[in-house]
Amino acid sequence: MTFDSDGYLLEIKNLQIEGFSEGRWHEIVKGVDLNLKRGKVLGLIGESGAGKSTIGIASMGICKAGCRIKPGSSIQFDGVELTTATEEQKRRLRGSRIAYVAQSAAAAFNPAHKLIDQFSECVVQHGVGSREQAYADAKDLYSKIKMPDPDTIGFRYPHQVSGGQLQRAMTAMALSCRPDLIIFDEPTTALDVTTQIEVLATIRDIVELFNTAAIYISHDLAVVAQMADKIIVLRYGELVEEAETRTMLADPQKDYTKSLWAVRSFRKTEVIRSTDAKPLISVNNITASYPKAPQPVLADVDFEIHRGETVAIVGESGSGKTTAARVITGLLPPQQGSIVFDDVIMPPDHRNRSISQLQEIQMIYQMADTAINPRHKIRKIVGRPLSFYLGMEGDAKERRLNELMEMIEMEPKQYLDRYPAELSGGQKQRICIARALAANPGFIICDEITSALDQLVAEGILRLLDRLQQELGLAYMFITHDLATVRAVADRIIVMLEGRIVEQGFKSEVLEPPHHEYTQLLLSSVPEMNPDWMDRIMAQRVSLKGVQAAGN
Amino acid sequence: MTRALDALGEAPLSAKFGVLVITVYIFVALFAPWIAPFSESEIVGRKFQAWDDQFLLGTDHLGRDMLTRILFGARNTVGIALLTTILAFVVGGICGILAAVLGGWLDQLMSRIVDVFMAIPALIFAMLLLSIFGTSIFNLIVIMSVIDATRIFRIARAVSLNVVVMDFIEAAKLRGERLSWITIQEILPNISAPLAAEFGLRFCFVFLTISALSFLGLGIQPPIADWGSMVRQTAILVTFDDYTPLIPAAAIALLTVAVNFVIDWFLHKTSGLKDDL
Repeated sequence: MTFDSDGYLLEIKNLQIEGFSEGRWHEIVKGVDLNLKRGKVLGLIGESGAGKSTIGIASMGICKAGCRIKPGSSIQFDGVELTTATEEQKRRLRGSRIAYVAQSAAAAFNPAHKLIDQFSECVVQHGVGSREQAYADAKDLYSKIKMPDPDTIGFRYPHQVSGGQLQRAMTAMALSCRPDLIIFDEPTTALDVTTQIEVLATIRDIVELFNTAAIYISHDLAVVAQMADKIIVLRYGELVEEAETRTMLADPQKDYTKSLWAVRSFRKTEVIRSTDAKPLISVNNITASYPKAPQPVLADVDFEIHRGETVAIVGESGSGKTTAARVITGLLPPQQGSIVFDDVIMPPDHRNRSISQLQEIQMIYQMADTAINPRHKIRKIVGRPLSFYLGMEGDAKERRLNELMEMIEMEPKQYLDRYPAELSGGQKQRICIARALAANPGFIICDEITSALDQLVAEGILRLLDRLQQELGLAYMFITHDLATVRAVADRIIVMLEGRIVEQGFKSEVLEPPHHEYTQLLLSSVPEMNPDWMDRIMAQRVSLKGVQAAGN
Repeated sequence: MTRALDALGEAPLSAKFGVLVITVYIFVALFAPWIAPFSESEIVGRKFQAWDDQFLLGTDHLGRDMLTRILFGARNTVGIALLTTILAFVVGGICGILAAVLGGWLDQLMSRIVDVFMAIPALIFAMLLLSIFGTSIFNLIVIMSVIDATRIFRIARAVSLNVVVMDFIEAAKLRGERLSWITIQEILPNISAPLAAEFGLRFCFVFLTISALSFLGLGIQPPIADWGSMVRQTAILVTFDDYTPLIPAAAIALLTVAVNFVIDWFLHKTSGLKDDL
C-alpha cells in the first residue's frame, strides 16, 4: 500500500454517467470532478435527482443497473483506475478497502443472519482474518461505538435491535476490514432526531479514530455541516459549488447554494387566539389501542384545535401521532373519550358519520404517490370531491377545478388531463392539497406531508398551506417529526411521547425554556447549521450524564 | 385506437403473428356460414372420403365435409370458450375484489370455499359435474366458468390486496364512497393489467379443457361441429396414414400458441420490463 500524504486517495475526473429510460440514454452526471485525501470527509449535498448517490456508488467503480459510466471518465482510487479495472480487481477493493453504508440499514442487512456473522463475512472473504478474529474485532468495535452489551449484541438478528443500533452496526460492519474509504449514503435520513445524533456521533468518532476517508451524502445541510471537512453542492448532475465547510456555510457564492441555505427561513406569524374562544375540534381524553396490542397506543390524549389555527403534533416514531389522526378521522374508533367537532359529538367510526361530517375533516398524506390513484387523471382526482360532496357537474365543476388548480399554483390547462405519474413529487403533494380543498373542509390533517420532499419543495408546500389558511380560515393539524417544520408552521405545539402528551402550548412557550425534559432532548437534537454544534451538544450531554451519575 | 396500432407496430414478430392468427380466427368464426362450402351438419358424401376437389379435406365418419366442420368449429369451440372465460372473470373477479376490500369473515368464507373447489382436479371435477347435471351447452358453460372462477378469485384477491392498502383507498373510504365506487373506480383500473394477461391464459386453459371434454364425449355434443370431438370422431384415420384428424387438433394448438404470444407481449409491456440494458 502506498502511503503518500500529499496524494489523493480518491480522484474523480470528468465523471459522466448515463441512465437508460424511455428508450434512450439520459445524462445523470455531467462531468463532475472531485478528490479526497486520506482521513478527510467530503460532503455531497443536493436535492433528489442531483446525482449524489450515483456519484457515491461510482466511487466504487460501479453504477446501478440501467446506468453506465461514459468513456472519458476517470475514477482513480489509490492509483488504481477503476473505470478500466477488471471485475476481479474491483471486487478485491470493495468491502476491504472501500465500504458502503446504505440509507436503510433494515433493508441492507440480511434478516436471516446474525449481525456478527454478517460482520465477519467480509473479513473472512477477503482473507483479512479468521472468523474468531473477526468476532473479537466486532465486539471491540461495538464497544467503541458504545453499543449496549457489545459482547452479546452481535449475536442478535437484525430485527432484534432498534433502527439506530442497526445503522450503527452497519457502520461497524463497514469498518470490518479497516477500509481507506467509506461511502455514507444518507445514513441517518430514516431515523428520529434523537437517534440521528447518536449515529452521527458514532460515525464521526470512527472516522477520526481510524483516519478513514469518507464521502457523506445527504440532503440535510445541517447534518453535513457536522460531518464534512469539505462540501460539494450538486444540482442536475453538475457541480455547483465546492468549498471548505466553514467557508461554504459562512459565505456561499452561488445563488442556488444561497437558496438552499435560506430554506429554513420561512416563519408563519403566530396566531394567538383568546383562550375562551370555542374550539373547532376537541379531542377529549382519548384512549385507543389496536386489536391484540397489549398496551394502548394513545393514553388519555386531550387537546383542542381552533379555527384558523395550526397545531403541530411532534414526537418520534411510535409516539402515537398518526394514531391520533386515525382516531379523529374515525378509522380507529377509540376505547374511551370522544371527538367533538363544532359542538357535535362525532360518531367514533367513520362509516357512521354523515357525508357533511366527513366533508369537514380532510386528510393529506405523507406519500403523495400512494395517496392518489395512479390510474385517474388529475381532473378526476380533484373533481371527485366536487361532484361527491357538492353535487357539481359540467361548467360549475370545470370552473371550480380551474380555481382550485390556480390556488395550488398549477396551470389548469397543462395539468388537469395528466396522470399522477407525469408529475413531480411536490406537484403530486399539491394535487393532494387541491383534493382536500375541493371538499370545502374546515379542518385538514397533514400527516408528515413534507418529509418525503426536498427542502426547497417542502418549503413551497408550507408557504402554500399558510397562504390558504389565511385566505380560507382553515385549521390544520400538522403531524411531523421534523422540528424545523414545526418552527415554520405551528401556532401551537403538542409534544407526544409513548402515546401521551408530555407538553402543549403556544409555539413561543414550548420552544423557549424552560422545557419539559423530553422537549429539551428533542429540541437539542435538531442539527444546527453550525459545524461546532455537535461537539457542543455531545460535551453538554456527557457533562450532564456526569452530573447525574455523581448525583446518584 | 391509433395508439394501439402504434404499439402493435413496435411489437415483436411473435406478437404480430399472434394478433394475425387471432384476427383470422375471429373472421372465420364470424363469417363461417358464408365461407364454408356446405352447411354445418349436412351429410354431403360417403363416410371418410379422401381429399378431392369437391371435399377439400375429405369427409368425416358420417359423410359431412371436414372443411365446413372445421370452419364452423371456430365459431362453436372458440365462442363457448370465450363466453365461459368472460363469465368466470366476472364472477371470480368481483368476488376476489370484494374479498380483498371487505376482508374479515366474508373473505375467510369465500377463500375456504375456493380452496375446496381447487383441491379437486379441474378436468375430473368438470366431468363429475357434467355427468350429474347432464351435458348441455348451458351446463358446460356454467360448470366450466364456476370451476375457473375459483382460480380467478385467487388472482383478483391477491392483486387487490396490494391495492387495498394504498392511501388512496383510505382516502376514498374517508370521503364516504360506496363499495361499488371503490371496487370499480379505485381498484379495478389498478389491477386490470394482470387480470387482462390472466384472461388470455385462462382462455387457453378453458379452450383446451373444453376440447378435452369434447374429445371424451362430455363437452360439446353432436351434431354441433367442434374441434375436440372432431379429433375423436375421425381419430381412426390416422392408422390409415390419413392425417385429417390432426387438422382440428392443429387449429386448437395454433390458437393457444397465438394467444400466448400476445399475452407475453402484453405482460412484457405492462410490467415495464426491459430486455437488455
